[in-house]
Amino acid sequence: MKRWQKIFLFLALAYSVLLLGPIAGLDIPRITRDVVSHPETLVQQLLIGLINGAIIAIIALGYTLVYGIIELINFAHGDLYMLGAFTSLTALGAFGVDGSATFQASILPIFLTLILATTICAGLNVLTERFAYRPLRNAPRLAPLISAIGVSFIFQNIGLFWGGLRAFLPVMGNNAAAPKDFPDLLPHINILKSLGIQSNINFTTKELIVLVAALALMVGLQLFVQYTRPGKAMRAVAQNRDAARIMGINVDQIIALTFLIGGGLAGTAGLLIGLYNNTIVFTMGFTAGLRAFTAAVLGGIGNIIGAMLGGVLIGLISALSDQYLSSRWTNAWIFAVLVVILVFRPGGLLGENVQEKV
Amino acid sequence: MRESRREVQRHYRYRAQIMLEVTDVHTYYGNIHALKGVSLLVGQGEIVTLIGSNGAGKTTTLRTIQGLLRPRQGTILYEGKPVDSLSTEAIVRLGISQSPEGRLIFPRMTVRENLEMGAFSRRDSLGIKSDTERVLNLFPRLRERINQKGGTLSGGEQQMLAIGRAMMARPRLLLLDEPSMGLAPMLVTQIFSIIRDINTQGTTILLVEQNARMALTVAHRGYVLQTGQIVLAGTATALQSNEMVRKAYLGEI
Repeated sequence: MKRWQKIFLFLALAYSVLLLGPIAGLDIPRITRDVVSHPETLVQQLLIGLINGAIIAIIALGYTLVYGIIELINFAHGDLYMLGAFTSLTALGAFGVDGSATFQASILPIFLTLILATTICAGLNVLTERFAYRPLRNAPRLAPLISAIGVSFIFQNIGLFWGGLRAFLPVMGNNAAAPKDFPDLLPHINILKSLGIQSNINFTTKELIVLVAALALMVGLQLFVQYTRPGKAMRAVAQNRDAARIMGINVDQIIALTFLIGGGLAGTAGLLIGLYNNTIVFTMGFTAGLRAFTAAVLGGIGNIIGAMLGGVLIGLISALSDQYLSSRWTNAWIFAVLVVILVFRPGGLLGENVQEKV
Repeated sequence: MRESRREVQRHYRYRAQIMLEVTDVHTYYGNIHALKGVSLLVGQGEIVTLIGSNGAGKTTTLRTIQGLLRPRQGTILYEGKPVDSLSTEAIVRLGISQSPEGRLIFPRMTVRENLEMGAFSRRDSLGIKSDTERVLNLFPRLRERINQKGGTLSGGEQQMLAIGRAMMARPRLLLLDEPSMGLAPMLVTQIFSIIRDINTQGTTILLVEQNARMALTVAHRGYVLQTGQIVLAGTATALQSNEMVRKAYLGEI
């Protein structure tokens, strides 16, 4: 893009923010007053944003891994995460855990639920790849994309149906489409208080557990992809599928592995969001998927660290927008940031642009 | 024009074992008939070159041998066993690897990682280590660039990396697709002398080249491919003095 085009775009964006600002809650004097008078609220919101962002980042990893390897935007991924949350709720119910259970009593059920949700979502994702995407691998790019949208609808309707199974699953409540209560199992010990710090900031063991789990997944994935044999094969397939085949890599197997990992991450994220937000609904996958996909694009699609960064960034933006701007405009703000970043860095924040020499 | 197995064996009585035998192979891209009955032989320890102009089917031949394309008709025997229905992974494990057209370096992997990927089909870490040393001794430039990303290398360095990476599979048959493409003349000479070294160290080579002059100076035998068919075959010296080859591929007369 030429310099003057950039300046023009920037002016256009600045103008629309100035116009959009007052409608969408961008009242700078009020926000400044709020921040100055209650700085702890800001810290609290940043914390919430960080945790939600970490969960978005885990979902975003699923988008970015799959895109990196077969250049497909897997629209069903967000809904897979929703199914992960539903699996978790059902499994916890089946293990006899409800909101009244103590944390000590629910450690084992949570652990089993984690394994179950991860396995089911991973398996489901592999099956989806096998039957909905692989047959279209050599078809025009649009065909698997449409297929993915179809799978997304199927998953959403499975979620809706699942929510209606109240006769078998008492946890499902009265209305199939209504949000379901997810038992609040993680302990609420205020960490700052027990460290002797006097503060209104609510940072409990619950937040800590979710945050640590999410970070551990991200670090684990990064180590896996960088240093293990299958991880390196994944990178090779992503960078040049033909060359990877010549190296003796079974490309189909590696693509299936990518879907397995992405699905497992979505399942885990489903459990984490249930434990953190304590409410799940069959449409949650759509919203979360949209944000996670945005996060992946923001960070540079195909780039693992970028997806993590984008996820956390979007979590922070939405928490701050919910608090200081207007929760109704949160999505608009997220996408405004996306547009601004893409104008200046079309490949995303960490999008790499290594020229391949011919 | 076909040559009989016995003819090749007569030329190479002292190492008469045939390593690769491609017989009447037809390969298609969709409806495009790319190889129309290609037959060729590669003897153990030879450098055999396949020359021809753009679009003659040289790369297609290599890709078919490697299992990246399926022949619709014909057989490919490697060390006496049919390989034309095997997957590429299986073929690599049997000892055929290649430095592909356009090099296909992994651009966001370091030189070391690229070499590691070349050894993907192997599990013997000691052997891989010594082969890495061997490749780095053959291409000292790669040692200097060992932690640099593949995409940042120059064209010549990428070519060295592609050849080195193919050698990391410890192939018995090495397929080289246009190793001289886009390189400065000095580098071309260097690459070809390395190709000869690799061959003297015991690797059989099937070399695809547009630079027929260079290819025929290093090769023992050669084939001329024209629009998907072998039109000429013979020893490199015979081809060098063949009128048609001199006219069409060596730019003489």
